[in-house]
Amino acid sequence: MRFLFKTDYQRDIRLFKHGGQMFWYSALALALIAAPWLLSSYWVSQFIFIWIYAIVSVGLMLLVGFTGQVSIGHAAFLAMGAYTEGYLYSLGWPFALSLTFAALIAGITGIIVGLPALRVKGMYLAIATLAFGFIVEEGVTRADGITGGNSGMMVGSLQVFGLPIDSEQRMYYLCLFILALVVLGVMNLLRSPTGRAFVAIRDSEISAQSMGINLAYYKTTAFALSAAITGIAGALYAHKLRFLSPEQFTFLQSIELLIILVVGGIGSIYGAIFGAAFWIVVQQLIVIAKDWLPPAIGQQTGLQPTIFGLILIAFILFEPMGLYGRWLKIRTYFQLFPFYRKGMFRRQKSYMKSERLK
Amino acid sequence: MKPLLTANHLSIQFGGLKAVSDVSFEVWPNEVFSLIGPNGAGKTTIFNMISGHYRPSDGFVTFEGEKISHLPPYEIARLGIARTFQNIELFEHATVLQNLLVGRHCHRHTNWLQDLLFTPATRRAELQFRRTVEEVIEFLELQHYRDSMVAGLPYGVRKVVELGRALAMRPKLLLLDEPSSGLNVEETEDMGFWIEDIKNDLGVTVIMVEHDMGLVSRVSDRVLALNQGEELALGSAAEVQSHPAVVEAYLGGADV
Repeated sequence: MRFLFKTDYQRDIRLFKHGGQMFWYSALALALIAAPWLLSSYWVSQFIFIWIYAIVSVGLMLLVGFTGQVSIGHAAFLAMGAYTEGYLYSLGWPFALSLTFAALIAGITGIIVGLPALRVKGMYLAIATLAFGFIVEEGVTRADGITGGNSGMMVGSLQVFGLPIDSEQRMYYLCLFILALVVLGVMNLLRSPTGRAFVAIRDSEISAQSMGINLAYYKTTAFALSAAITGIAGALYAHKLRFLSPEQFTFLQSIELLIILVVGGIGSIYGAIFGAAFWIVVQQLIVIAKDWLPPAIGQQTGLQPTIFGLILIAFILFEPMGLYGRWLKIRTYFQLFPFYRKGMFRRQKSYMKSERLK
Repeated sequence: MKPLLTANHLSIQFGGLKAVSDVSFEVWPNEVFSLIGPNGAGKTTIFNMISGHYRPSDGFVTFEGEKISHLPPYEIARLGIARTFQNIELFEHATVLQNLLVGRHCHRHTNWLQDLLFTPATRRAELQFRRTVEEVIEFLELQHYRDSMVAGLPYGVRKVVELGRALAMRPKLLLLDEPSSGLNVEETEDMGFWIEDIKNDLGVTVIMVEHDMGLVSRVSDRVLALNQGEELALGSAAEVQSHPAVVEAYLGGADV
């Protein structure tokens, strides 16, 4: 067991709470940096998808997991980022600038989509964001002058500050670097007043207001930041796929993003990343399993959604805290060994909340 | 001396129901002012009108001489009015420390971009917030619970955490909605000491809605009794308790 002896308030602000964390995260960073040399290019490519999905998940987690606002239209922000990047890059803009613009345009759209959140909550907000998702999907199809419509859009090969990103390895490092920046930014937010305001809104809007938190301002900020992060992921996605078409950004993709959060564990950054990794790995495992299964099952078109559906149900029933929750339990088990009790993570009885002002 | 807060002919209607009608009172700096009355008398409704959650249909509230009834709740909070809730409205999935730090929100001066980058300004502000919050933690003896999640705490402790969160705002006026509800005798006793300390040591004015007459008589300077949205009596706790209209409202009329 580890006891932290704190001698000043800085210790509670630090990102790494103790030397052990610092050690393990450095080890993880080294392993991730070494990975592209050790893995086949197929798995490097899958890792790139994990990083990109992890960026989206962290962005969506900021909104859903930390601010408590549901969005089932996030694929639309991904599309906005991807197409903005694809278009501006084709005009010859440098990557740093076009990436910033992709984030900016998605972010500004996020503010607009966030406006209904000031009036409606829960299911109604979900419907509003869903409608937004459909509008963007339709808009992308119709605006064929810019997006190429249904025939799609080719995205040129990427150069960052004159360095061509022409191999999977280089793309891997670029995506990993941007993911690291995004995670750092979100962690900074969460240890500062802005992030606490988000969490306050999630847990009790009425008392958040009484603490001087302007709901309208913080809800739109959350939407804007979440959308901007998703836009950044969209830009990387465009360069990874090299080809964009409207059917990559459908309603189903938005649902997938939410499933990633639930499977990973709502309300933690780890959860977002675990979820993204799990998602990509299981997809690949299904592809591999298809060759082994009898054709009557393996060749069914609905195989993948069915498996994901079952996984989602299993998580909700048996591990509502997601992969991160499972990880916490395993870690606590070893930290407290042999004193771990079965009921330690059982959900506490919550007290009746005031319904008077809702 | 000027009153800190005045309620001027406050009235509010929900549909056809007049929840509060024509209630006026003044609260002086550094006093404990209690609102009492049977259920449905409109006490919490008056609180919600002061803190901006309800807009009065008639009349207005002033704070330090300024009209505040048209302001949204978060701006009223920034003026220095903090409140607690009847049924505890804490941020459940955060630690006690984080809850109290939210109380410092109205004193923030960094924006989201500075927070995103965690600039030196944000860090300095965080340390400053933490020092203030630690003073509150010490005042309310919450050291033991500092890093516990609110969701797992017993009811009595949550009540104190909520009080602490309001105090972390360093308010000029504190609205306490039934501070002793759900507390046992000992905890109520503690609550009484804290309210006295809040008034005497921190110099904060308190308006309190309370049913426990023991606590009310112990800490209140003045008491306003309400019934069905109307004023019954105003005065010291003993005066109000023996007032015939109050006795009738609580116990029923002699002719029943």
